[in-house]
Amino acid sequence: MSSPILFDNRAVEAALDMMSSAISGDEVYLVGIHSGGAEVADAIQGRLESRGVSVERGNLDISFYRDDLDTIAPHPLVRRSELPFDVAGKEIWLVDDVLYSGRTIRAAMDEIFDYGRPAAIRLAVLVDRGGRQLPIAAESVGLSIEAPADCTIELVTDAAWIIEQRQVKP
Amino acid sequence: MNALKHLFGIAELDREQIEYLVNLGDSFIDINRRPLKKAPTLRGKTVINLFFENSTRTRTSFELAGKRLSADVINISASTSATKKGESLLDTGMTLAAMQPHVLVIRHSLAGTCQFLADYLPNTALVNAGDGAHEHPTQILTDLLTLKQVWGSPAGKVITIVGDIAHSRVARSHLLAARKLGYTMRVVAPKTLLPAQIERYGCEVYHDFDAALPGSDAVYMLRVQTERLTDNCAFPSVREYHEAYGLNARRLKAAGSDCIVMHPGPMNRGVEIATDVADSVKSHVLQQVEHGVAVRMAVLTALCGGQTEEKKGPASSKKQLADEAMQAQRTLL
Repeated sequence: MSSPILFDNRAVEAALDMMSSAISGDEVYLVGIHSGGAEVADAIQGRLESRGVSVERGNLDISFYRDDLDTIAPHPLVRRSELPFDVAGKEIWLVDDVLYSGRTIRAAMDEIFDYGRPAAIRLAVLVDRGGRQLPIAAESVGLSIEAPADCTIELVTDAAWIIEQRQVKP
Repeated sequence: MNALKHLFGIAELDREQIEYLVNLGDSFIDINRRPLKKAPTLRGKTVINLFFENSTRTRTSFELAGKRLSADVINISASTSATKKGESLLDTGMTLAAMQPHVLVIRHSLAGTCQFLADYLPNTALVNAGDGAHEHPTQILTDLLTLKQVWGSPAGKVITIVGDIAHSRVARSHLLAARKLGYTMRVVAPKTLLPAQIERYGCEVYHDFDAALPGSDAVYMLRVQTERLTDNCAFPSVREYHEAYGLNARRLKAAGSDCIVMHPGPMNRGVEIATDVADSVKSHVLQQVEHGVAVRMAVLTALCGGQTEEKKGPASSKKQLADEAMQAQRTLL
């Protein structure tokens, strides 16, 4: 199966604008989930700062918080988590590129709580593809699609930002 | 990259595996610096530390690594081990493996202990935490993480390792790692503390410490292992050893302003290293200790993750295992 483009650059840019406008406050604490979520968080940060909003940024790699260590590839690529601000008492905006089962978000929330007790965690995702396995919902959703279970939804950020659907190899 | 089933030594790892473990260790540093030093990565896993030799930092490091990743960690030392009651190493290993741990971390005075046991414990990952004068892979991975923090990559750098090379598993593992990662090892020691044919590792050999210092990017001091020296002929006296092979401020200055100091510990101040050097800003000894926990977290994670059928390997029959065990014991004894 080919890799159809579900959303072109224009749709993605519009979605990022919409997500940014949903985030309010003079000081925003933005945490991206590696790797796509970190890129989306960067894009939102740029938009917020152009509005004069002060943004504190962090990134999480949730590999050590996954619930499937036995089944993932033997040597996953792991990046360092960085939360350079005190999360205690803060309202944290957690950002990811694609929301699917909810397990990644659950792992990210677990990790944030290991840094401290935030006042709130809010979720912003570029694409909600359905298929939730945990009771998790995003407050800010850029794009939505019901994707079949045998497909992956990927954010591609090479030349222009697009959302692709790829069939998983059987 | 090939999945890691055991960690016997640097000799069995390729460059990609070494770099993977170092980079994974790097990503664990942050957990150790947080107020809440815990992640659920190894929840439900069991790690047994079986130490037949005394060790404080390595055993504590493995224990912290396992506990910070939420594993259940059991420590067994030689003084409480059943081997004191006459049980063989193999029986001890098979007994512990029958309790279904995921990882068995072993320190032993005999080279090749882990390789020996691995044939009979097909469902347990084994980690060599130091075997005689053979290898100490997690110490070298720790050093490589420290060097990564300082240099980015050790490739092209010169590390001068000084002291009791003959009895040092750390030196041997470093010599193996240097060839795989492209850094140069200079070894400095009196002839009495150098193994025969050390040149076959591709290192530069010196007997004069001062001659080896220029151009060194790191000076790695080794402890004089008096407990492994079977006679008193290795050097005339501690004072003379310090004069000839001790790292002092004058020598460190001669090595150049960017040269760093390393030591696997424990340090003998006034023997291989002077106190002012050990405590100087150029000393990375405590960073090595800190990184030791992170690297051992990485090793435990790599061994527990991705339990594919290929990684588990075929399990032999009990009869076959017992026959082989008997044969191996006879060979060993």
